[in-house]
Amino acid sequence: MNKAYFEILRAGVNTTIQDKGRNHLYHVGIAVSGAIDQRNYKLSNRLVENQLNEPTVEFAYQGPLLKLKNGKISFAISGDIFFKIIRKNLKVEGGECYKSYILDEGDQIDIISTKNSTYGYLAVNGGFDLEKTWGSYSINTKANIGPNDGKKYSINDKIFIKKMDFRSIKNKKINYDYSTDNIIRIIRGTNFDFFSKDAIDKFFNEDFLITNLVDRMGIRLKGPKLENIASTNIKSEGIVRGVIQVPADGNPIIMLSDHGTVGGYPKIGVVIAADLDLVGQLTPGTKINFKEVSLEEAQNIFKAYTKDTNKYLNECN
Amino acid sequence: MVKNISNLGDTAVYCDFGSEVNETINSSVIDYFHHISKLIKDKKIEGITNLTPSYNKLIISFDLTITDYKKIKNFIEGLTINRDIKSNNQKIKIPVCCDDEYGLDFLRLTKKLNIDKNKILEIYFNKEYFCYMTGFIAGMPFLGDLNESIRCDRLETPRLKMPKGSVGITEQFANIYTFESPGGWNIIGNTPKKIFDDKNLNQPALVNPGDKVNFYQITKEEYLNWNE
Repeated sequence: MNKAYFEILRAGVNTTIQDKGRNHLYHVGIAVSGAIDQRNYKLSNRLVENQLNEPTVEFAYQGPLLKLKNGKISFAISGDIFFKIIRKNLKVEGGECYKSYILDEGDQIDIISTKNSTYGYLAVNGGFDLEKTWGSYSINTKANIGPNDGKKYSINDKIFIKKMDFRSIKNKKINYDYSTDNIIRIIRGTNFDFFSKDAIDKFFNEDFLITNLVDRMGIRLKGPKLENIASTNIKSEGIVRGVIQVPADGNPIIMLSDHGTVGGYPKIGVVIAADLDLVGQLTPGTKINFKEVSLEEAQNIFKAYTKDTNKYLNECN
Repeated sequence: MVKNISNLGDTAVYCDFGSEVNETINSSVIDYFHHISKLIKDKKIEGITNLTPSYNKLIISFDLTITDYKKIKNFIEGLTINRDIKSNNQKIKIPVCCDDEYGLDFLRLTKKLNIDKNKILEIYFNKEYFCYMTGFIAGMPFLGDLNESIRCDRLETPRLKMPKGSVGITEQFANIYTFESPGGWNIIGNTPKKIFDDKNLNQPALVNPGDKVNFYQITKEEYLNWNE
């Protein structure tokens, strides 16, 4: 029996498989990976009636051009994405995010680009036919772990689809408000007092520019130099997603899902969990500001974030 | 013993064992790591997603939809650590080629340390190192302690791409870049040996905390013909 699969006619900038992420391996140096934007990852699965932990295709900036072979499927794309469906008869349909579509054998999905964001997610009903490594489907390109030998997809690669029996999913839709915010909320880092009063003032009051050095590991920022009055090196220690490190050159780096598991630069702050999806979607050239919140505030904001995610998920029922 | 517990953001607990780096403090961190790992496996505590032991810190990451800082902090404070865990520490030999195309930072090092390349290498190879931790990238060992005469600060701006296999030094430590990655250490050579093996699911890292490591120099020819 032949399984349905996507043939990759154009790979896109950084096309990988991602899910919730891979835990319990920080101590060997393996990051959590997983979808950069966890909310949009879940929404794409919900739109095609999958379990929320099914693997999805994550793409960045320019996405892939995919041709469906050997079957018929339902799919959905989440994010702020410009995409088209090219039917077998060459009829082109404009695609809408947060909406499920049916794709026939020979049809193509052309994910042209992300708009004011970096990442998007493609889910198919039934999920992809992949194997877990250490409990996750996520591709970790830094350690070459996961599907496709842990590498991002290239032209002519195939992504197999699990489900054999086609189930039509029509009219699934979420009215998602894709608004972005340039205020990033943080909690003081464990080396907050390494920085001068002037540096702290600048950190909270001046703009920081997202440079071109952005990937799944982290985001390098450019702004006023943050003067360190204690030491620009610390003994390497564990870091987590959202940690903001400041190396000796005074320019902060925000750590994302594929970050190094330990780091030796002082931590001025940590982005709160509720703002991680937002931070991950920031595009080069954007200016952001940091705002301090307490741990208690952060926990309340996270509850609101979870409630909001559930609201969108329930809307799709 | 944990001297201080604080929060690292809203999804991690920061356990501070002190500021010094030595085998005694590090062993205490490793004891906590093994102890908590077992409690997670036995489902005695829920919501912990990762443990990151380092020289003198232990970071405990958790899922904020299941637990929170206060609960994990109380759990850590209530622990009695059992120190009986025996580890199977190994002695490992690792080949390094230090030709100039692999030893990327000798210019910087000789300038900063005021010692010539041969002397740096002589001092470097003439020592057995202790593995304090693994991390940053998969399987990267953090080894110590370097002889005081070859200790040097990290690069001011980290390199965007450190070649796989690069052998680095910074401060009192030595390491190996097991994958191509950004990094800030001074590179003195490159090893052809596989330091991380993802096919070995139970113990993917060649070097683990508590192990002893000896480096030895190989020629470029030996490097290029390396076969495992």
